[in-house]
Amino acid sequence: MKPDYHQYWQPTVFIIGLIFSTLSGNSSAATSDNSNIRLLAGGCNICHGPDGISSGPAIPSIAGLSGEYLRSTLEGFKSGEIPSTSMGRIVKAYNSDELQALAAHYSGRPFINARQPYNPKQAKRGEKLHEQYCEKCHARGGQSVDDDAGRLAGQWRPYLIWALKDFRSGQRIAGKKMQQRLDKLYIRKGKAGFSALLHYYASQKQ
Amino acid sequence: MTITRRRFIKTLGAASALSLGGTPFLALGANRQIVIIGGGIGGTTAARQIRLIDPTIDVTLIEPKQHYYTCFMSNEVLCGKRKLSSIRFDYTGLKALDINVIHDKATHITPNRQKITTKGGKTLSYDRCIIAPGIDFKWESIDGFDEKTARIFPHAWQAGQQTEILQKQLGSMPNGGTVIITPPSGPMRAPHAPYERASQIAHYLKQHKSRSKVLIFDAKIAFPQQALFFQAWEKLFGYGTHSSLIEWYGGPDYALIRLDTASHTIITVAGDRHTGDILNIIPAQQAGHIAATAGLTDTSGWCPVDLHTFESTQHKGIHIIGDACIANPMQKLGSAANSQAKACAAAVTSLLNGRAPGPAVFTDVAYSTMGEAYTFSTVGTYRLAKGSNSLTRVAGGSTPSDASATHLKREAAYAESWFNNLTKDTFG
Ligand SMILES: Cc1cc2nc3c(=O)[nH]c(=O)nc-3n(C[C@H](O)[C@H](O)[C@H](O)COP(=O)(O)OP(=O)(O)OC[C@H]3O[C@@H](n4cnc5c(N)ncnc54)[C@H](O)[C@@H]3O)c2cc1C
Ligand code: HEC
Ligand code: HEC
Repeated sequence: MKPDYHQYWQPTVFIIGLIFSTLSGNSSAATSDNSNIRLLAGGCNICHGPDGISSGPAIPSIAGLSGEYLRSTLEGFKSGEIPSTSMGRIVKAYNSDELQALAAHYSGRPFINARQPYNPKQAKRGEKLHEQYCEKCHARGGQSVDDDAGRLAGQWRPYLIWALKDFRSGQRIAGKKMQQRLDKLYIRKGKAGFSALLHYYASQKQ
Repeated sequence: MTITRRRFIKTLGAASALSLGGTPFLALGANRQIVIIGGGIGGTTAARQIRLIDPTIDVTLIEPKQHYYTCFMSNEVLCGKRKLSSIRFDYTGLKALDINVIHDKATHITPNRQKITTKGGKTLSYDRCIIAPGIDFKWESIDGFDEKTARIFPHAWQAGQQTEILQKQLGSMPNGGTVIITPPSGPMRAPHAPYERASQIAHYLKQHKSRSKVLIFDAKIAFPQQALFFQAWEKLFGYGTHSSLIEWYGGPDYALIRLDTASHTIITVAGDRHTGDILNIIPAQQAGHIAATAGLTDTSGWCPVDLHTFESTQHKGIHIIGDACIANPMQKLGSAANSQAKACAAAVTSLLNGRAPGPAVFTDVAYSTMGEAYTFSTVGTYRLAKGSNSLTRVAGGSTPSDASATHLKREAAYAESWFNNLTKDTFG
């Protein structure tokens, strides 16, 4: 028998609670639910930064990503389908409802672009490649998260490099269509093509 | 009332503040007071989190120092990879949140009158008090060693000046010199860190003084992530061979009982004498002094608490977080102090608002850097079983021993990020 831990979670109550608690200050049930998500997300922020905005240089920001992308990525870490250095060890502590609540929480926080150096010429070249190969699902130059794909624009560069390496090596499985685009880009433009793309994503600062 | 309204606006940010419209804010009469003793990782996190959860509560933080130096990443200062200034933080972030920071030392707590007195002569009242005083050393456990002697034989287990002393000693040690590290027995801050330190020092010696050695005389028979450390030492420093840069001797016989300052010699329980150019003596530890003064410690020297709220089981109204409290099997780590502070902040605000505290999840994280692009980690996630006062590690673990070079390299960059994010989450 598994011991009974405090881990029951009702995402809807939390979201309503968050709105009311911040507005009315004293609505009793509401504020306690607000602190519930704080407690759940508190451990994540130790590594990902306050409200999921990472100061870098490598751990990704997780605020403002799509809720569905966050949920499925967290489940992917849990099952081992998505390779990781540490996430796989961490997410096992949370049940699916909790991962869903965390996904909802972080997707509702604003994303802030990472400030990192880039080469403007390379970035220009990357922009063209992005439009040709990636814009379809990573819209608005990789800023959009509407297609439940990860965020590319303004994400920390080392993290993106490693995600792309894992896709290339087959350790992380991309959707069939994305894999085709990655392969095509690699065959036609090689490493330099990817490098240009990464300069473009780093260049986006809004 | 205007103060709390201004805090609301600061806390919510301009956009959400607009939506408050003209709604008058209802104050609950006199503001409630939370006083926090200790502006380290635990205390600073608690102050910030309370402010974010309930801006109507007045928060005061008492901390003697103007600057805080993190212990984590201080080993990286020793080998020259980091500057001391990169681990220095201050309290401007807290002050910006309208938290009252008093640079003073708490000398006394009177639990039944809910009052704190300070060295500077102030008296403060509280509705709830949180103390996060970190650790104190059991100086008496080593004959010939005390706070003054530690300026020549640094522990560097509280960062800042102590880190600087040890770093300077390493810099001026001749090639061929010996560094001795003596980890203590009993519960301690960052139990993995003496071995990370040995690695960082060996990394420095390998580049600059390769005929030198690090000798560890350890009161413990085993230590955390031992297999991962040994593996790294074999790969990087020739561990197990005659020319190894690191040698480790562990067990009760190796415990340090006496220091001969004149001859730079340590004397162990077994009576062996070892002489070194640098003696990094890490004494046995207990909760920060104020905890004992206030009657919050038990015979172990640490503070028993109700883990749902971190309230002392010995005095109502006082909560203890961070290294000073007993929260096994969580480690005494900065990440743990941050995590406990969040749970405590939620509990204390709930209690002051007449509500039951919500369920908490705890996380601790330790990264150990061995050399260039070689870092491994341990993480733990903990929960309270319902109806009990004990924590269970529900997930976590260390970097696998067969991790690839790529993995270890990634963790090196993730460790830097973790440092930046944890300190941002704590100090702002
Ligand atoms: C070498 C080393 C490596 C480490 N590595 C890691 C790591 O990888 N990961 C990790 O998470 N942790 C690590 N740690 C541990 C971490 O530094 C501590 O666990 C953490 O600092 C504990 O936080 P705290 O708030 O309990 O105490 P502290 O951060 O020490 O803060 C205590 C504060 O209280 C103040 N204080 C004390 N008494 C009083 C008083 N009477 N009145 C007012 N103020 C007072 C002190 O001035 C101090 O600022 C490491 C530690 C060391 C030494
Ligand atoms: C020990 C530090 C650490 C903690 C704690 C942590 N993370 Fe992570 N997270 C990472 C690292 C490092 C990565 C990159 C993948 C890897 O190697 O593990 C990552 C990746 C992620 C990603 C993928 C981002 C993307 O763009 O695809 C998500 C989502 C995420 N974490 C969410 C969380 C949540 C939610 C929590 C809390 C339950 C959490 N993390 C706790 C370190 C951490
Ligand atoms: C057909 C749609 C599609 C196309 C085209 C596409 N992607 Fe993706 N991408 C996705 C989806 C969906 C995900 C998230 C789910 C997953 O893991 O597969 C994703 C994830 C990613 C991630 C991981 C993000 C993270 O935070 O971990 C990277 C990096 C990425 N894509 C890069 C690219 C690049 C570069 C291109 C162009 C060469 C591209 N993608 C083209 C759909 C696409």
